[in-house]
Amino acid sequence: MKRLSRLRRHRAAGPILLIFALFTIGTTFQVASAVNSDTTTVAARSATIDEGKQLFLKGCSSCHGLNAEGGQIAPSLIGVGAADVDFQVGTGRMPMADMSVQAMRKKPVYNPEQVNALATYVASLAPGPAVPTDAVLNYERDGSVAQGGELFRTNCAMCHNFAAQGGALTQGKYAPTLMGVEPKQIYEAMITGPQSMPVFSDKTITPAEKLSIIKWIKSTEAEPQLGGTALGRVGPVTEGLLVWTLGIGLLIGVAVWLAMKAR
Amino acid sequence: MTARERIAGNVAGYVDDRTGAAKWMKKNLTKVFPDHWSFLLGEICLYSFIILLLSGTFLTFWFDPSQREVIYDGGYQPLSGLKMSAAYASTLHISFEVRGGLLMRQIHHWAALIFMVGIVVHLLRVYFTGAFRKPREFNWIIGVGLLTLGIVEGFLGYSLPDDLLSGTGIRIAEAIIQALPLVGSYIAFFAFGGTFPGEAFIPRIYTVHVLLLPGIFLALITVHLMLVWYQKHTQFPGPGRTEKNVVGYPLMPVYMAKAGGFFFIVFGVTAFLGAVASINPIWLYGPYTPGQISAGSQPDWYMGWLDGLVRMSPPLETHAFGHTISWNILIPGLILPGIMFTGLALYPFIESWATGDKREHHLLDRPRNTPNRTAIGVMALTFTVVALLNGGNDIIATTFHLTINQMMWFSRIGIVVLPPIAFVITKRLCLSLQRADRDLVLHGRETGRLVRMPNGEFTEIHEPISAEKAWTLTSHEQIAPLELPLADSAGVRRPGALKNKLRNRISRATAVAVSKATETERRELEGHH
Repeated sequence: MKRLSRLRRHRAAGPILLIFALFTIGTTFQVASAVNSDTTTVAARSATIDEGKQLFLKGCSSCHGLNAEGGQIAPSLIGVGAADVDFQVGTGRMPMADMSVQAMRKKPVYNPEQVNALATYVASLAPGPAVPTDAVLNYERDGSVAQGGELFRTNCAMCHNFAAQGGALTQGKYAPTLMGVEPKQIYEAMITGPQSMPVFSDKTITPAEKLSIIKWIKSTEAEPQLGGTALGRVGPVTEGLLVWTLGIGLLIGVAVWLAMKAR
Repeated sequence: MTARERIAGNVAGYVDDRTGAAKWMKKNLTKVFPDHWSFLLGEICLYSFIILLLSGTFLTFWFDPSQREVIYDGGYQPLSGLKMSAAYASTLHISFEVRGGLLMRQIHHWAALIFMVGIVVHLLRVYFTGAFRKPREFNWIIGVGLLTLGIVEGFLGYSLPDDLLSGTGIRIAEAIIQALPLVGSYIAFFAFGGTFPGEAFIPRIYTVHVLLLPGIFLALITVHLMLVWYQKHTQFPGPGRTEKNVVGYPLMPVYMAKAGGFFFIVFGVTAFLGAVASINPIWLYGPYTPGQISAGSQPDWYMGWLDGLVRMSPPLETHAFGHTISWNILIPGLILPGIMFTGLALYPFIESWATGDKREHHLLDRPRNTPNRTAIGVMALTFTVVALLNGGNDIIATTFHLTINQMMWFSRIGIVVLPPIAFVITKRLCLSLQRADRDLVLHGRETGRLVRMPNGEFTEIHEPISAEKAWTLTSHEQIAPLELPLADSAGVRRPGALKNKLRNRISRATAVAVSKATETERRELEGHH
């Protein structure tokens, strides 16, 4: 203790303590903030890549190849980017349940951390579209419903239907309903073009316009059923079905009753 | 005489002195109508037409039939600030701001669908019971005219709001007009006042929809009903019912009450649908722009079979002398419907030509007793239903996890193969039902009571049916096939022999029947028992 108290008076003690304190605070801040931030340290990032690679080797490589180079039945994933993996795995489309014409949306197999690991691994292979951050996805603030509706009707409705209920494509492929899809996943679908969907690059539809589309979809999803039950929002087919069952059924029933009473 | 009777008498006398109505009323208020639920099907059409007139008039108070461009500033936020036609904006205004407007729009649209359903089921009843036979051929043709005009009128109404769906429909109508060889492009230019979409079609369609066609409807419906009145209603066969009488209830008070009550029930059902089920939610479709299209764009059901025919048509085109003829649109869009409606309108004449039956008929046929006619009807119905199903092929494909291609090939093959199969099956069913009728008359009703005979044999007790029922089952006539001469008395082949041969063939097919139970057969069996 005597020695320490002597050193305390040393003229270098102040600067050394200052450096020590700065280093401690800096490290603590960096470790603490790394938990909730996308910017990981190099070490943490490479750990995530490793984890992702392990998951990939176990769950994906049998079709996509040991180095994600693709194969007979699955495309190469080099350069598809984190957004693509986050969409395909995050919506449960990958891994596919069976080799049908189109991967369908289902309960995701991997949890969000694992999805992130897989996405980071695939993104590490070659640059590609990144997962949009929450800051980017502030559609409530940055989007316009009316403009989004126009853009949706021009670019999306021909496959996804006027009210985003989905529709049929050729050979059993289909455009899925957009009801209940997370904004992040809608955004990722637009920038990566999954399945039969074309890519809507930022030049075709700007990021702000993408947010407007998302805002319109969310507004349509939240819209109450105006004018009675919406009949699936698929157009006149269900209306025709209702009039040929309930409508004429009620009327013929009454006609039979009227003719019966007179006997 | 009470005071009330005296006042009523004075009023009636006052009116009669000035109009001479009493004599007419006395005759017509006691006019008798036969009673059967299927005779009320036509009334569904009449009543929904009245509902259409009333609700349509309400809609015209706010609808602005103009393609003038406006900026939407109404209450529906997802369309706020968009450019659209005044027609679309005013339909939105009716839906969201006019009190009761959305309900009225929905009642109008549901009534239109019920009107068309009513026409079709009424037509089926008239067809399958042979009510179109002499002297009612003209009324049949008027009915077919009403059906055709109803399809057009409904389509025009669907096109008026100028939303994305209605514009898409108009675009297809334009394509069908253009598919007419040589004159198509000119007629399209004439109809749309230039290139599509232009600014003319909404005002033009509006005039036709609210003035011209309703006027023609009123005239045709009046003639249709006056002919029913004049020719008297047909009736099903039964004891005491002949070709020369009508058995039923008088117009006043029984039919007044029934018909009047039924009007309110039709109105009630339509209003119920309008209140609980959304129809044509135009705010979701958005304003029409030729550059936009929605998946699952469909016409209303009465056009659905036409759309289905177009959807299944293979891509056929010929190029000749600098012209393109789009058979893929021309055949399903114009030629096939033309053949179908012409055949429908001419059917009474075709049947009477083929059977040689030129007599008047006021008693209806039971469908089973005319197997050929019933089978032709089911055949035509099968054709239309296959086409209708293909009209909704995309919705059916996504709902039942099928592919559009499967649906298309099913309907392409099915529309050729299924109608003949339906014909054969229906004819066999009719003959089997005739056989069942014969057994019922001869052997009576199966009671389900089993009795064991002293010798150990089990038999089921058959109960004889009532004389009325036996009459009803056997009163129809079974016409022998025509045997038109193919050669003259000298044994020389006469002119028109080929035609006669064809008529003989058709007549033989028409006359195929299980011979009905005769009185002698019944007596014999009764004596035997």
